[in-house]
Amino acid sequence: MADLATRTLPLSGFHGGSASASVSPAAPASRLSLRAKPDAVASLSAALGIELPTRPKASASSGGRHALWLGPDEWLIIDETEADLLSSAASSGVMHSATDVSHRNTALLVKGPGAEATLNSGCPQDLSLAIFPVGGCSRTVFGKAEIVLLRTAEDAFRVECWRSFAPYVSGLLAEGAEDSGH
Amino acid sequence: MLLIYCPYCEEERSELEFRGAGDAHIVRPSNIADITDEEFEEFFFLRDNPKGLIFERWRHINGCGRFFNAARDTVSDKFKLTYKAGEPKPDLDAAAPAAALVETYEATESNAK
Ligand SMILES: [Zn+2]
Repeated sequence: MADLATRTLPLSGFHGGSASASVSPAAPASRLSLRAKPDAVASLSAALGIELPTRPKASASSGGRHALWLGPDEWLIIDETEADLLSSAASSGVMHSATDVSHRNTALLVKGPGAEATLNSGCPQDLSLAIFPVGGCSRTVFGKAEIVLLRTAEDAFRVECWRSFAPYVSGLLAEGAEDSGH
Repeated sequence: MLLIYCPYCEEERSELEFRGAGDAHIVRPSNIADITDEEFEEFFFLRDNPKGLIFERWRHINGCGRFFNAARDTVSDKFKLTYKAGEPKPDLDAAAPAAALVETYEATESNAK
């Protein structure tokens, strides 16, 4: 009988949160780190089936797929159905750089009335709705770790972090969630 | 918390997202193999370290990732303005006369952002 490797998710078994904010690991997703010049944006948008945003902190979401503006020529594409993003980008036929980072990143979902306070326990950005609306996204810091933040609802955030930082980020989020009710 | 305006993100962000990257507007010689050791030293190592206005490169490393330039006061630590990489060095004297430097805590820190 062949030995089969069992994939262990980076946050397998993690649970945390409080009455005011829940913190849970997101389901596995496929992810693309995408770089392209402005003249390639339209073709890449068509190939990926989602409009690449060109404004700071803007994102686009459709059918479990998200395109997050990270910089003037850089996006993070997330697909919650684990679709083959690399092939879609390649079919655009225009010059771009795409790297599969599905397993470099993992994500945590923070939800509840204390979600904003939980994130602000380690993130210096103004997360009030006027400045960071639903659909707003940004690469930023959480404590000592780099994260990518996406606001999915008024009281919910998706926190993308690198796999090796997941124990640190999840632990600090759990602490923040405990404090967010006070 | 010191806030720095990123010209690419078009908003002020915490200094925690940024990293300094040395003096701005240092032109790399086009004939670098031909210059003397003294000329290389001048280009590569020697900086003015002014007291007051300095032009520096900064990187929004934990944000949009872009390098940009900033005019900063080394006494008060205040950022006078920031601008995109590749844009010419601004003439700050023409824009607004600099206030006299007074090195008291109140003058340099009390209304720091
Ligand atoms: Zn920026």
